[in-house]
Amino acid sequence: MEGYSKPAAGELLIEVQDLAKHYGPIRAVDGISFEVRRGDVLGFLGPNGAGKTTAMKMITGFVEPDRGSVRVAGHDLANASLEARRKIGYLPETAPAYGEMTVAGFLEFVAEARGIDNIAAALDRVVQAAALGRVVHQTIETLSKGFQRRVSLAQALIHDPEVLILDEPTDGLDPNQKASVQELITSLSAGRAIVLSTHILDEAERVCNRALVISEGRILVDSTPEALIAKAPNHNVMRLVLDSTALPDLMTSLEGKPWCDRVERLSETTIDIYPQRGENHLGALMELTAGLEIHSIHLQEGRLNELFRDITRGVEA
Amino acid sequence: MKAVFRREFKAYFSSPLGYVYIVIFLVASGFLTLSRDFGRMLELRQADLASFFDYLPWLFVVLVPAVAMRLWAEERKSGTVELLLTLPITLEGAYLGKFLAGWSFLGVSLFLTWPVAYQAARLGNPDWGVVLSGYLASLLTAGAFLAVGMLFSALSRNQVVAFILAVAASVAFLLLGLPQTLETIGNLLGGYVEQLFASLSLVDHFEALSRGLVELRSLVFFFLFTIGWLASGMLVLDRTRAT
Repeated sequence: MEGYSKPAAGELLIEVQDLAKHYGPIRAVDGISFEVRRGDVLGFLGPNGAGKTTAMKMITGFVEPDRGSVRVAGHDLANASLEARRKIGYLPETAPAYGEMTVAGFLEFVAEARGIDNIAAALDRVVQAAALGRVVHQTIETLSKGFQRRVSLAQALIHDPEVLILDEPTDGLDPNQKASVQELITSLSAGRAIVLSTHILDEAERVCNRALVISEGRILVDSTPEALIAKAPNHNVMRLVLDSTALPDLMTSLEGKPWCDRVERLSETTIDIYPQRGENHLGALMELTAGLEIHSIHLQEGRLNELFRDITRGVEA
Repeated sequence: MKAVFRREFKAYFSSPLGYVYIVIFLVASGFLTLSRDFGRMLELRQADLASFFDYLPWLFVVLVPAVAMRLWAEERKSGTVELLLTLPITLEGAYLGKFLAGWSFLGVSLFLTWPVAYQAARLGNPDWGVVLSGYLASLLTAGAFLAVGMLFSALSRNQVVAFILAVAASVAFLLLGLPQTLETIGNLLGGYVEQLFASLSLVDHFEALSRGLVELRSLVFFFLFTIGWLASGMLVLDRTRAT
């Protein structure tokens, strides 16, 4: 994890210590430890079967760990389970809900079970937040998958929790719904600790300020999405298209620059310039090419997908 | 627990299942009470409900597991068990809430048999203490079978499997109290074991109560029987909930 930066510290809301769970011979989670602070939106990234969902089930108290401990807002899940669960809003992976109930009836049930005093006000708030106004009196089984997921998200928010655990919150939503849920999560992040699992890396990049890469039940990287992107193979690579006659001299000159790691020629007129340590040296390149006939310069952004593949491939190997 | 109770109780009436159950129960119990081959209430013309109560346990062994089978199996299959058990409710509270809802539903079904009592009143002057005691016996037996059924519902995600296992277990507990069964047990294992099994017989305690003999030992039996199965069911659910 060397070289990755973590966000600034806030109040600790989730403390996970050496958490482990085996299902027979299968090692689902293998001694993970991490902390989540108020204001953090932590993305659990990992391939299918990496242990993300099992870890979330243990944090919410649904699955008992074989080893390790979880504290939520200062409450030990093993000794003060109810107090800890009162602080958590949880959207399970399958977004389960009682299909025969209406949206309003279901949300009222969750509110009552959570001991909320002003149920009507809580209902209004989450119906608005999850944009459920149109379907609030419909039975849940008649709703589309996207709406059903939003209903489940609404129940997770009904008690205005300090800790939100969201397992694949945008799974099954169309692009517009995805964007709206991502905006909602971002708007909720102030004053809360949010843990969300996703295998959509763009989502982590857009929503999270911290990312844990998990594979085979172990944490491989604990960082920020930005720092991860900076480590991605193509981050800040400059693609230059220019007049072919100027290319040989420019390449010679680039290879002498300390900020340039290497230059790759893609065609008669196109080169990729790889900077040292993924740093941005567009300004230096502009100076160097002043006076040359440049057709285009494109600064590439490192994609999390590429780094993700590199990291998890290493573990699998 | 209150929220779970309310949700579950309403659920029986928010789908056709609850109404279908009530209709089947009323038709079947009415048939067994009035039929010439079974209760013969109209032929005997006795101002009591013995014709009605005598066959209820046999009806319950089939119909109560039908009420119990969905209680946890459906939650586990649909994944709502994960939602329910991560709310700030204890497993015991959720389990009891569901049990009480199911038991109340069975109580409503029993209440709807009042025309049988009305018919007995038309035939003469029934001993209402015995009638009430019979209803108490029926309610306690229904609760006992419900507790049995809930354990199997917690054990299996498949409602049909839960139903079959619950019927088998309930039938076994009824057969245990039959004289023929006890005699066989006595012959095989001796008189002491026969007495032990007789004291565990649900039929004996039901019959005693339904004939107006309200004894503490019968009430304690039903209480311990039901609590024992409920506690076992909670342990089973705790083991199986995440599988």
